[in-house]
Amino acid sequence: MHDVHDFEDVKIPIGPQHPALKEPESFLISLRGEKITASSVRLGYNHRGIEKACEERTYTQGLYLIERICGICSHSHSTCFVQAVEEIAGIEITARAKYLRTLIGELERIHSHLLWLGVAGHEIGFDTLLMYTWRDREVVMDLLATLTGNRVNYGINTVGGVRRDISHKQKEEVLKAIDILEERTKYYIDLAKGETTLIKRLQGVGVLSHEDAEKLDAVGPTARASGIERDVRKDDPYAAYGELDFKVISVNSCDVYGRTLVRLGELMESFSLVRQVIRKIPDGSILVKSARKVPAGEAVSRYEAPRGEDLHYVRANGTEKPDRVKVRAPTLANIQSVSKMLEDRYLADMPIVIAAIDPCFSCTDRLVAVRDTKNKGSNTVVWETIRLQGIEWYKNKGIDFTSLNEKLTKLS
Amino acid sequence: MGIISKIINWSRLKSPWVLHFNTGACNACDIEIIAALTPRYDLERFGVVLKATPRHADVLLCSGPVTKQIESRLLRIYEQMSEPKFVVAVGTCACSGGVFNGCYNVAGGINSVIPVSAYIPGCPASPKAIIDGVVKLLQSLEAKPKSKRPGGKK
Repeated sequence: MHDVHDFEDVKIPIGPQHPALKEPESFLISLRGEKITASSVRLGYNHRGIEKACEERTYTQGLYLIERICGICSHSHSTCFVQAVEEIAGIEITARAKYLRTLIGELERIHSHLLWLGVAGHEIGFDTLLMYTWRDREVVMDLLATLTGNRVNYGINTVGGVRRDISHKQKEEVLKAIDILEERTKYYIDLAKGETTLIKRLQGVGVLSHEDAEKLDAVGPTARASGIERDVRKDDPYAAYGELDFKVISVNSCDVYGRTLVRLGELMESFSLVRQVIRKIPDGSILVKSARKVPAGEAVSRYEAPRGEDLHYVRANGTEKPDRVKVRAPTLANIQSVSKMLEDRYLADMPIVIAAIDPCFSCTDRLVAVRDTKNKGSNTVVWETIRLQGIEWYKNKGIDFTSLNEKLTKLS
Repeated sequence: MGIISKIINWSRLKSPWVLHFNTGACNACDIEIIAALTPRYDLERFGVVLKATPRHADVLLCSGPVTKQIESRLLRIYEQMSEPKFVVAVGTCACSGGVFNGCYNVAGGINSVIPVSAYIPGCPASPKAIIDGVVKLLQSLEAKPKSKRPGGKK
């Protein structure tokens, strides 16, 4: 007879294709009995090389590519990028354009949070919730389709403003749909506060203490459920958020249940924000003309995506193509906290704990790990080498920035 | 065609089991695939059931351009499926590589790795288009039941 302590930890690979995961990523879980002793995540299956591809495209082309970083928070990425470009170019967009960006951004948050609620329901075996929320989500998808012309990847942003205006009739449609959604969300809040099975399944699962959340730099609803009131919309207002009235929802329960409550609360705030935008939206044009070439300079832009703070860095070199684009998506900031949440927890909690940060690996896969398989073991490549390789690669393709860069260094 | 294979073919057409695999997509097509399975569009009324493992699936729904990391995994999943198997490329990226064509880590569309039976374009392919594509695939199987992989390499 073996004692359970005689055994070594069992290692279980999960992914890249696994029923519990919706995206290709892989986890290596060490188990002792039912409990997780260690976990590590391997990303990169979704890495497409968007940052480098942006350097080959003009700002406008890059904008549509950036939008396709993620199909759930596409507006977040495109707004974040376009804000950085506008800052470098010194373009001040019109107030109406700012309000329209806010409107689409909040509608996107509504669709993303409803989507999350369904996925969370699915992960805990509550498929009815998935079917309910996804049915309701179609209401907001219809709105986005009428306002922008596409259900996902709206393509409404452009350098200098937005591409589509909102009509009086559309405003009424938005208000009508928001009323329906608000009523449904109230039902979900009742459900989350009253349904014992749901509460029992989520309470005390995936605990991330306030200190750990601070230390691991959690962002978005993950941080706000651990009592950190961090929201870019409030801390560093962009678009029209400075003129709108809303609360930052945060709770102190530090678990998956708290994250559910935060997202439900944010849905209610989003409804109020959409109503305010419709009421306050000023008249005027939606687009200011901008030059194709952007002067040399650099900018960092922040945006509160549904999953947390999204950060884009853009460096311009005076041509019509960016010199460097860097994206730090919210999931990359949150993924560190997952191993903390999984520590000493049951394997059965893993799907919901991972789902609770609302991970988006297509956002996150911005990194490349170069591994030398012949020599066994990993090989670290310094940043400078990659940069020089990149320059060489472009030179071979006939794109040369050397003379331009020399001019720039002389100027500065 | 024997009576047994007739019955098998009939049941296959009435209830194709699908496996969804994200080969490096931006999530948009994946979300639309799930949306097609939920109440508004309800792909399940055609007997389509989402399965979790390639060994149970008849149809592989692929979304996204094939990244170099996922290439070997996609091939492995395809090989794990039992014959006859069909691949549906959902979205422009899956059809041809789309906007990601030429990126250093992208191998191209799904058909650069495995044979594809049906292509559903769109960025993202809307749930309506996905339903249309799946129904068309089923109709094509009904018309020529002997062909194992329409559009596949012979």
